[in-house]
Amino acid sequence: MISPDDVVTLSRLQFALTAMFHFLFVPLTLGLSWILVICEAAYVMTGRQVYQDMTRFWGKLFGINFAMGVATGLTLEFQFGTNWAYYSHYVGDIFGVPLAIEGMMAFFLESTFIGLFFFGWNRLSPVKHLMVTTLLALGTNLSALWILIANGWMQNPVGAEFNYHTMRMELVSLSEVFFNPVAQAKFVHTVAAGYVTGAMFVLGISAFYLLRARDTGFAIRSFAIAAGFGLAASLSVIVLGDESGYTTGEVQKVKLAAIEAEWETHPAPAGLTLFGLPNQAEERTDYAVKVPYALGLIATRSVDEPVIGIKDLKRNHDLRIRRGMKAYEALVKLKAGDRSDAVLLQFEQHKADLGFGLLLKKYTPRVVDATEAQIAQAVSDTIPQVAPLFWAFRGMVGLGFLFLFIFGASFWYLARKQLAPRRWLLRLCVVAIPLPWVAAELGWFVAEYGRQPWTISGILPTHLSVSSIEASQVWTSLLGIGAIYLGLFVVEMYLMLKYIRLGPASLGTGRYHGEATTA
Amino acid sequence: MLDYDTLKLIWWGLLATLLIGFALMDGFDMGVAMLLPYVGRTDEERRVAINVVGPTWEGNQVWLVLAGGAIFAAWPLVYAAGFSVFYYALVLALCALFLRPVGFDYRSKLAHPHWRSFWDWGLFVGGLVPALVFGIAIGNLFVGLPFRFDDTMRVSYGGGLLDQLNPFGLYCGLVSACLLALHGATLLLLRTEAAVGLRAQRAAMVLGCLLALLFILGGVWLAGMAGLSLQSQGAVAKALTPFEKTVTRVAGGWLLNYGRWDWLWLLPVSGVVAALLASLSAWRGWRWAAFLASAAAIVAILLTAGLSLFPFVLPSSMDVQSSLTLWDASSSHKTLWAMLLVTAILLPIVLLYTSWVYRVLRGPVTVEAIRRDSHTAY
Repeated sequence: MISPDDVVTLSRLQFALTAMFHFLFVPLTLGLSWILVICEAAYVMTGRQVYQDMTRFWGKLFGINFAMGVATGLTLEFQFGTNWAYYSHYVGDIFGVPLAIEGMMAFFLESTFIGLFFFGWNRLSPVKHLMVTTLLALGTNLSALWILIANGWMQNPVGAEFNYHTMRMELVSLSEVFFNPVAQAKFVHTVAAGYVTGAMFVLGISAFYLLRARDTGFAIRSFAIAAGFGLAASLSVIVLGDESGYTTGEVQKVKLAAIEAEWETHPAPAGLTLFGLPNQAEERTDYAVKVPYALGLIATRSVDEPVIGIKDLKRNHDLRIRRGMKAYEALVKLKAGDRSDAVLLQFEQHKADLGFGLLLKKYTPRVVDATEAQIAQAVSDTIPQVAPLFWAFRGMVGLGFLFLFIFGASFWYLARKQLAPRRWLLRLCVVAIPLPWVAAELGWFVAEYGRQPWTISGILPTHLSVSSIEASQVWTSLLGIGAIYLGLFVVEMYLMLKYIRLGPASLGTGRYHGEATTA
Repeated sequence: MLDYDTLKLIWWGLLATLLIGFALMDGFDMGVAMLLPYVGRTDEERRVAINVVGPTWEGNQVWLVLAGGAIFAAWPLVYAAGFSVFYYALVLALCALFLRPVGFDYRSKLAHPHWRSFWDWGLFVGGLVPALVFGIAIGNLFVGLPFRFDDTMRVSYGGGLLDQLNPFGLYCGLVSACLLALHGATLLLLRTEAAVGLRAQRAAMVLGCLLALLFILGGVWLAGMAGLSLQSQGAVAKALTPFEKTVTRVAGGWLLNYGRWDWLWLLPVSGVVAALLASLSAWRGWRWAAFLASAAAIVAILLTAGLSLFPFVLPSSMDVQSSLTLWDASSSHKTLWAMLLVTAILLPIVLLYTSWVYRVLRGPVTVEAIRRDSHTAY
């Protein structure tokens, strides 16, 4: 499947692996940071030592995870320049802005205060330290906001225009980029997923201590905070599920049709396919089980807006590719110095579809001489593989409902003080610890794989975005970074498991399980 | 909205500020890491050195992240061509930088001596390698980089794998390592006592003199090297592509600016003076003076490099016309303006809370303090 000298595929593979690896650490940071704030707020309000111990112990685990997040985050920023040079040139004017603001507004905040979180306990009053923890949590969440504004622009590139002189997209409206509806939907959904991850982590580890009947006072309080926070978070992640973001922008519509395997446009409101076997070659879904009306309601939040099917989307893309060829024809003339009114008019009329014309570059460098067969190939490229998206999406949603059940049941039995006999539930909490990560990675897979064949939806095809480097270069970095990541991951897991097993005794206070009791 | 050409100039200054900010703030983190095997002979001594920078290094690294993001937004062509032409160098720096967050946070979480010694060397590599790589990169700006643009602004490359390891590049790598090690030594002198402080003092004395010598050598070397001269440039107040200028390569080209503006000589001279002052102050035990002098050396030496290249920011050796200047590498008028406003609001806030954090964490780091906080210290 992967050709060893294909720079595009290798660079995609490297980006996918490094981004997904980075996202093993991000969601826990997002969620756990607020749990630290809750624990410490309880400490400040009640003055009870156990809440400070909770903040410090969960903080230790937070630190182990945070270090990996920082290490792996750098790769992503550098990689745009090293492996995606044409992308960087083509959209840096817009895409670079949220990245730079992320550094100034968010990454500085979290990175400056994380040190003080660990080393400020004896130097700050409790209220001031709580403020530091809050700023740390705020920083991690603001960081997600700016990164998702950048990513949201890749999915739905608003507020920008192509400049044929500089051969790049240029900023038209910063507020349109900031308030991009796709970015906002992605942000709330992503942070809510992070909160679920943080809550499940604390819930599961606390359940482990409860099953062992050790540090129960510490564990039950942690369990309670995690159950409450997690219940709210899992409700939000489902309600704020970002399907609402799939109705704006052409490629978002493609993604929606693909994850629902909607080949035809049905009259509104469309039915939701619960299960089935998507058949890409024949453009139908075999053995489909459908729930009437549900998809239309969920996706469009209305009863009269249709969900457009893949066949209609392709017909539209065929038109846009032909218009894109006209735009490209005019662009070539403009670059050669012909600024006559006729050429300028042709370009202005068709430039919105220039990106669709560029899809043909994969088959013919001159674009304008594309044959009907090549156009048909490019049209078929605009629809990603349906089956992986269909299944990944269902996996994610199924897990979301499982989380809601776990947090709901935990909260229920805890509130009724019947938790201890429900050992099956405590065991389920422990087993479920890794699942939020699975759901988060599936979600990112849907978002990013579903965007293909574009890096910037409808503007810049993936195969044009890469640097003109050698495959050997990508192999070197892929293997080098991969080996280090693997090593660091083993170390991180070892340390994490060791500290989880040690429990709050790792604070060395003499108050917890396994410590020699001192006065 | 300010004029486009004014904004282009301001952004040259802002990016210089961010890169100097990175060298000043993260420079001593890398410097301390480089000196770790020398200043710390025992585990506790190494922990003293690590805990001088441990609580604050993370915020300092953001200067690098921010400089990267700001180059992306303000000079997209430099980001595209520069990062990809330095492919191996950056991947190497990246791999070394991975070791820092993990090294700081994980090192003292287990007591086994092999574990700790592994991460001590990890931190050493995480300090030395990026310092060398960034220095080599700056050196290669003077040598020129093997890239060119086609008419769609796609970059293509020439040259071989090890071309960037040329003598002048390696020399600049050495200057960079020496400069940052000096900065680390003066910080250790400021924040530690006893054996660690004493060794840091000795290191600072030697490094300051060495840096001054090396830097003077660089000036002589540069005079004999070919540099670029901008013969003409299209209207700087408009959006430009690299093809709208004429550039020639001339002997001693990188010193042309010094003939144009006499006062520019003050910069390299103050670089040498500051390096020697750092050495002298360390010898006399003037802690703050030594630290401030090494900071001044960083500012003067980096500005010397930047203003010698001015107005070039990414010279090409393959096709001189493809060389990027601050006039034709910039992003759009609107982006530069919007980013200037954002920076003017946010950067002062960052400086404000960063200085508060440093104030809270001030004071010497001692072996006794490490023993007392053994469970929480790095």
